[in-house]
Amino acid sequence: KALTYEGSRRFGIRDTLTPEDKVISHNNFYEFGTAKTDPQRYAQELQTDPWSVEVSGEVERPGTWTVERLLQRFPLEERIYRLRCVEAWSMVIPWLGFELRQLLEQVRPTGRARYVAFQTLYDPKQMRGQSSRAIGGGIDYPYVEGLRLDEAMHPLTILSLGLYGKTLPPQNGAPIRLVVPWKYGFKSIKSIVRIHLTEQRPPTTWNQLASHEYGFYANVNPAVDHPRWSQASERRIGEGGLLSARRIATEPFNGYGEWVEGLYQGMDLRRDY
Amino acid sequence: MTTEARKRRPWGLWGLKSALHLACGVPLLYLWAKVAAGAAGGDPVQYIIHFLGMGILHTLAATLLVSPLARWLRAGILIRTRRLLGLWCFTYAVLHLTAFATLDLLGDLSLLGSEILKRPYITVGMAAFVILLLLALTSTRGMQRRLGRRWQRLHRWVYLVAVLGPVHFWWSVKSGNLEPALYLAAFLALLSLRPSLNPAALWAQFHQQRAQFRQGKRR
Repeated sequence: KALTYEGSRRFGIRDTLTPEDKVISHNNFYEFGTAKTDPQRYAQELQTDPWSVEVSGEVERPGTWTVERLLQRFPLEERIYRLRCVEAWSMVIPWLGFELRQLLEQVRPTGRARYVAFQTLYDPKQMRGQSSRAIGGGIDYPYVEGLRLDEAMHPLTILSLGLYGKTLPPQNGAPIRLVVPWKYGFKSIKSIVRIHLTEQRPPTTWNQLASHEYGFYANVNPAVDHPRWSQASERRIGEGGLLSARRIATEPFNGYGEWVEGLYQGMDLRRDY
Repeated sequence: MTTEARKRRPWGLWGLKSALHLACGVPLLYLWAKVAAGAAGGDPVQYIIHFLGMGILHTLAATLLVSPLARWLRAGILIRTRRLLGLWCFTYAVLHLTAFATLDLLGDLSLLGSEILKRPYITVGMAAFVILLLLALTSTRGMQRRLGRRWQRLHRWVYLVAVLGPVHFWWSVKSGNLEPALYLAAFLALLSLRPSLNPAALWAQFHQQRAQFRQGKRR
């Protein structure tokens, strides 16, 4: 379905877009299987309407937001962001969304709120990977992610409801997902049903599964390799066939350093990877 | 054996070999068709590399199955299909490595070098590849004759490949080790079918030697 939106911002990124057919046919969404083609194949039946997101925890105005209400309340904007997967491939995607901070300002975090936790839909009947560990990559579902409150309030952090001018396809995290462009893709949790503000740092799925490989912060960082592969460069998935891809140098914070460096002052990003 | 049977046999072997060549080659056509049709996803690199990797494991398993089968079926002639299966295994290994180097690393050889040295799972995969390369180079009849007894000893290194392959697979997946674990178990089972590697036989041999050693001491 087509969505209306205003304006388009690139935040200094001049890269050419990854074609739409590749954005929607090369996905990691283990709820539907671990192969890159599984999400497109098995997610089409996902029931995304009606859908609502529960906002709870350390907020003054907890409540449930339907997707319609979110769309009414927060005008969509196009954001063209790089997406850098922890597996060392990347895309450039025109998302449609609004800043997460707009929603957070509405629900008013209390003084105790320090982190924001997110949760994906848990429905083994619709998500085949949740009904079998063999299909779902051995992950304990539901998939959960989290951000520090200041990261969540950053203007680059958006809740996205669409891409390429239309509503999100199920494989890309319909109907609503997080996009945090300076972090590895797995932080940008899909098909969100719950946003919970907390005082304590929330558990996050990949960190729980292999904490020596995936940190809580997961900021894109060419200087800190994954234990099993290099993060210094990435395959950019662009136009054209197999051999037309390019390998480019990975930038600190995925090229968004000038906007987000300040969030991590005084931290050792080698330790807090 | 009648003369007639003797005449028929090479035909049977020819048919079997052709069938095996087809069985090993057709998956490559399937892969090519799938990628060409765009059915392997928007960025099929990982799909291709994984598909070729599984091809190595499957042809390797087939290769390792030949001698136990020949023994059970009392059909020594089956041994003559082993080289072609082994060479198909090597072919898949060459394609797997080539796909990794050209499609994933896009020909960045210095990156390939550093990945081989720095990543344990790639080191393991590369070690297995070097062994397969040596075996392929010495697979000709001429080399077999020239190396004599050493040929047999060299080609037993395939047993190490049968362990390194699944370990490489295990280490390369991001999560969900069930499938690699099943492959590792299957290869260990295949290895244990060999009299020289059978755990029960080795245990018995160990006991026998220990008994002999003790007797020798007493005397």
